Amino acid sequence: MRIGVLALQGAFIEHIHILRGLGVEAVEVRLPEHLDRLDGLIIPGGESTTIGKLAVQYGLLEPIRDMASAGKAIWGTCAGLILLARKLSGPRGKGADPPLLELMDITVARNAFGRQVDSFEVDLAIPALDAVSSPAEAGRPFHAVFIRAPRIEVVGPEIEVLARLDEGPVVAARQDHLLTTAFHPELTTDTRFHRYFLALAG
Amino acid sequence: MEKETGTETVKRGLAQMLKGGVIMDVTNAEQARIAEEAGACAVMALERVPADIRAQGGVARMAAPEKILEIMEAVTIPVMAKCRIGHFVEAQVLEALGVDFIDESEVLTPADEEHHVDKHAFKVPFVCGCRNLGEALRRIGEGAAMIRTKGEAGTGNVVEAVRHARAVLGEIRRLTTMAPEELMSYAKEIGAPYELVCEVAKLGRLPVVNFAAGGIATPADAALMMQLGMDGVFVGSGIFKSADPARRAKAIVEAVTHYNDPMIIAEVSKGLGEAMPGLEIAAIPTEERLAVRGW
Repeated sequence: MRIGVLALQGAFIEHIHILRGLGVEAVEVRLPEHLDRLDGLIIPGGESTTIGKLAVQYGLLEPIRDMASAGKAIWGTCAGLILLARKLSGPRGKGADPPLLELMDITVARNAFGRQVDSFEVDLAIPALDAVSSPAEAGRPFHAVFIRAPRIEVVGPEIEVLARLDEGPVVAARQDHLLTTAFHPELTTDTRFHRYFLALAG
Repeated sequence: MEKETGTETVKRGLAQMLKGGVIMDVTNAEQARIAEEAGACAVMALERVPADIRAQGGVARMAAPEKILEIMEAVTIPVMAKCRIGHFVEAQVLEALGVDFIDESEVLTPADEEHHVDKHAFKVPFVCGCRNLGEALRRIGEGAAMIRTKGEAGTGNVVEAVRHARAVLGEIRRLTTMAPEELMSYAKEIGAPYELVCEVAKLGRLPVVNFAAGGIATPADAALMMQLGMDGVFVGSGIFKSADPARRAKAIVEAVTHYNDPMIIAEVSKGLGEAMPGLEIAAIPTEERLAVRGW
């Protein structure tokens, strides 16, 4: 299996290390030709405006949409979640909005939990991960790191909600082969989300 | 588990999200919007850019709160601000204003000639400058969540940034080849906490993100720092002291992403107009050099 990680800006190397640790071929994607022969793509955390602008500048949005139409798995973490969304909510008119891939039927609020001093870690119950859990991992909460994180405010009918924060806002979701998390599994040593994604890609 | 804020993981984690990006010095909302539009991954809110601090002399302090708030209001990307070395009350004020990162910076006039801020006492993450591995590890020991080389700010001359990057990365390479029994005397020699020396020897890198700063003025300067092995770059005076800030800012962002692709660096380097005027380091009197501030 060959997975690309969008390497325009942000925490891409962390994803690559985890993928390689799982025995998967992982490649950095900066130009459209790097998308060739991939089984899946991860859009990492970073600054969504920066990643979005560079993706437009180097002609990556359309080829990524084509990958999605071809049924390839795509996973966005944090900034990647924003880019996968169909719509942004929240206070507008401040600063620049990133361009969106508009692939998932979700409406997303950026920086939804406040500024950096409000960034947090918390344990989440994510029953869907049981499908890829070893007996020792089964039922264990997932330790989630939220950094200036977005959250999903509205979900469409095709969306499966994977996790909520305090039974409130949606922070992980799936639409067929598209996956999204508001937090950063790549900043932990728990590889269950990566294995869940690889199952979607395989 | 209850929600936890201000942890080492979330502090260092924000720095991880900035990697592969360009952090730009800005002095007002208009410049902040230009930086965001160009693709900056964060901005540094300042009263004056280092080149002007250098030219005007006098005591350089934390920027006025209304200036920082104006910039925070203008953009959605993270906003950093500088406090003086050792001035923990300026740091408290910056945290109260809600800035996303504090730079305890030698570019401002130091407030304490022996001690840096105890950065563990804050929820907001700190970035600190260094010239060598010992200085980097002392700052991390005090709680810095991110490190940058000092360079020589406000000169448009990359030579000091290169010197400091090579010093840190070279010392790390040397450290990884040492026998375990050599680590304690090495820690003593460079004045660094022993536990951090052991951690670096094991990891083969700093335990936090490491950016280049000080004197970066062109896309090629930025890509040079990336190829040397830095995680990203700060550009201070280099953008808004140049002829066409919007275009140069965008070019430096693209050069950092495509730092290994000389064709792209060549392409984005075309038609940028004049870079900021440069300063020869030897022409700066020793007492006016900023990089030597910090202990």
